[in-house]
Amino acid sequence: MRSALSEHVEKEQFPQYPAPVAIQPAGTGHAPHHPYLQHHFDNMAQQMEASTLGMWTFLVTEIMFFGGLFMAYLVYRHQSPQGFQEASHHLDVFWGTLNTALLIISSLTMALAVRAAQTSQKPKTQVMWLVSTMILGAGFLGIKAIEYTEKFRDHIVPGPYFHWEGLYPKPAEQFYSLYFAMTGLHALHMVIGLGIMTVITVMAWKKQFDGEYYTPVEVAGLYWHFVDIVWIFLFPLLYLIGRHYHAG
Amino acid sequence: METIAPPTLNYLNNGHSLSSWLLTRDHKRIALLYLASITAFFFLGGFFALMIRLELLTPAADLVEPDTYNKLFTMHGVVMVFFFLIPSIPAVLGNFLIPIMIGAKDLAFPRINLLSWYIYVLGGLFTVVAAISGGVDTGWTFYAPYSTSASNSHVILAGVGIFITGFSSILTGLNFIVTVHRMRAPGLTWFRLPLFVWAHYATSLIMILGTPVIAITVLLVAVERGLHLGIFDPALGGDPILFQHLFWFYSHPAVYIMILPAMGVISELIQCFARKNIFGYAFVAFSSLAIAIIGFLVWGHHLFVSGQSTYAGLVFSIISMFVAIPSAVKVFNWTATLYKGSVSWDSPMLYAFGFIGLFTIGGLTGLFLATLGMDIHMHDTYFIIAHFHYVMVGGAIFGYLGGMHYWWPKITGRMYPEGWAKFACLNIFVGFNLTFFPQFVVGYLGMPRRYAMYAPEFQVYNVLSTAGATILGIGYLIPMVYFAWSLKNAPLAGPNPWGARGLEWEIPSPPPTENFATTPIVTHGTHQYAPSHEVGIV
Repeated sequence: MRSALSEHVEKEQFPQYPAPVAIQPAGTGHAPHHPYLQHHFDNMAQQMEASTLGMWTFLVTEIMFFGGLFMAYLVYRHQSPQGFQEASHHLDVFWGTLNTALLIISSLTMALAVRAAQTSQKPKTQVMWLVSTMILGAGFLGIKAIEYTEKFRDHIVPGPYFHWEGLYPKPAEQFYSLYFAMTGLHALHMVIGLGIMTVITVMAWKKQFDGEYYTPVEVAGLYWHFVDIVWIFLFPLLYLIGRHYHAG
Repeated sequence: METIAPPTLNYLNNGHSLSSWLLTRDHKRIALLYLASITAFFFLGGFFALMIRLELLTPAADLVEPDTYNKLFTMHGVVMVFFFLIPSIPAVLGNFLIPIMIGAKDLAFPRINLLSWYIYVLGGLFTVVAAISGGVDTGWTFYAPYSTSASNSHVILAGVGIFITGFSSILTGLNFIVTVHRMRAPGLTWFRLPLFVWAHYATSLIMILGTPVIAITVLLVAVERGLHLGIFDPALGGDPILFQHLFWFYSHPAVYIMILPAMGVISELIQCFARKNIFGYAFVAFSSLAIAIIGFLVWGHHLFVSGQSTYAGLVFSIISMFVAIPSAVKVFNWTATLYKGSVSWDSPMLYAFGFIGLFTIGGLTGLFLATLGMDIHMHDTYFIIAHFHYVMVGGAIFGYLGGMHYWWPKITGRMYPEGWAKFACLNIFVGFNLTFFPQFVVGYLGMPRRYAMYAPEFQVYNVLSTAGATILGIGYLIPMVYFAWSLKNAPLAGPNPWGARGLEWEIPSPPPTENFATTPIVTHGTHQYAPSHEVGIV
């Protein structure tokens, strides 16, 4: 048996081939670097770009993830527009509006937290903005809990105990199936967001962030804004169907 | 070629403890963790296939009950699709090679890379538990309302397994995309990238855009089973066709997750063993992206007989045929590359030749199925089984095995017995064709898929198929044996046993943990075998 190895050593001797891809030393290699630079990155800028691109890519997957639910919503609302409108009117616009306001303000405080880290402000300032963001997020979840409790009390949770007085019980049950699936998944993202923010707050408290290194705050901020934006779509789709008819 | 002694410290002997493997962040070690786990799943899926073929040896359901048979083909599909084919080339060869091919020390997110392996294993455990505790009988497609309401088997458990494993795939794709964008060595422009990397980039796009949709779909099935939310079951007001749309929105592109990386492997093999640059580099690179993009617009061809509107069917039929264009670009360009090349017949190249022939058959029969009128006759028959096994086995597995043989010396630092490798390749080729070619015929004659029993006149084809599967199974075992044997006994490979051109062949075998002592500066593309004035690319 002729070994494959020798066969190719012969081939290598064709004279006209150019040199293989050149390996030349690039840069100085071991200059003193930032303590938070991971070994496989060349510099802080590359590390930051990789992390933010990674988060943006992750958010694309999140859009597709929620997209499946939005698709289901589209199909069923198209099948029964009146049923969805009737069901929507049992949601409390006051709580929904208040929650929307809380999340929008929390996005502002989040942006200020990123800005505080980026401009190397005192850790106390960074922590203040981060904690405000968390309080607003927790407030959102608290209100969501009140709303869910009301739904359980009124028997409009889908399943064997679902009870509907209106004209369209089936579409209403479907609407509430989607309501719980969509807001539940969103609330889960809020809970995960609060977990991330806790870690970031501790890191900020330990004075880890300044203008040279604030990637974790930036990346957590991107996630937080995304979860906020999902709610900006959920609120009108779920709470505001056909409300403008009554306004005249 | 100057010979470089194998490095005393490489990624394999840099740490021997269990935790140095289980907590590693080295993309090369993670690739080997994946290799071990997907090999286990491959043989598990193969065992189910063997049981299916044994049952089908006779027309009656005599070896297993029809219920058991349903579970066997379901578990065969679930294991092979989600736990072998989808991760096979990306998670093993892609993980190992992409950072090296682009001159980086590691993937952009090493910890996420390790996490994705743990997620994969966790998802696998759920599925194995589902299999042991009684199995799932819905088919790997989990069609509603059977999966949401009727089936008494462990749908939620298997569904959770698939849901979890999906995140492993998402994280791998995310890691590859960021790595290719941000970690390329100086001078390594997009059009100097190896075609293997282009193929994986396109694959990663499908992973991140498609996988979340199957995740939410499976989640909704589980929620519907568990909490009685009415999403897909008509009895609860849902729409089962919506399930099929959502399922195939991922699962059709998923077949390109399986085939695109194999195409990337074949592009590398053809260039190395024909000693020529690829014919039409940019066309081959962009055909990967085109397959990824068009692949997202064809899912409706799975619903031709499901009550989808005729006009939707027409549109999906036409777009499905468009996929044939970039696929054909690849096949023609590989063939054109061979022209006047200095072709050698080493075992990786045999797999590449096998791939081109079998993928062409698999692809062309796909056009039969994309034709509306034909599909009504062929739908859910063995014709479609044969079609996708020609693409999945003849394509994806041939690419995977070809790549494993080609890069085995790089991964382990050792050669393998070439004679045995050629024998195994021939064995697999013969066994494969004997298994699946008769299924084209018997499918065309009308034998439906997914039944334990069949009409007696189909028996001769099924006997041929089972005989072929036996040969195929033996063919898979042979490389297992000689690869394991080679680890200790085969001759050292040296950095570049094939005389190939590319960054991965310029570092020692096995590579050191950091891959490159210093970041390389790249001056031209890979595989520049011809004098530069004949190459005509950057």
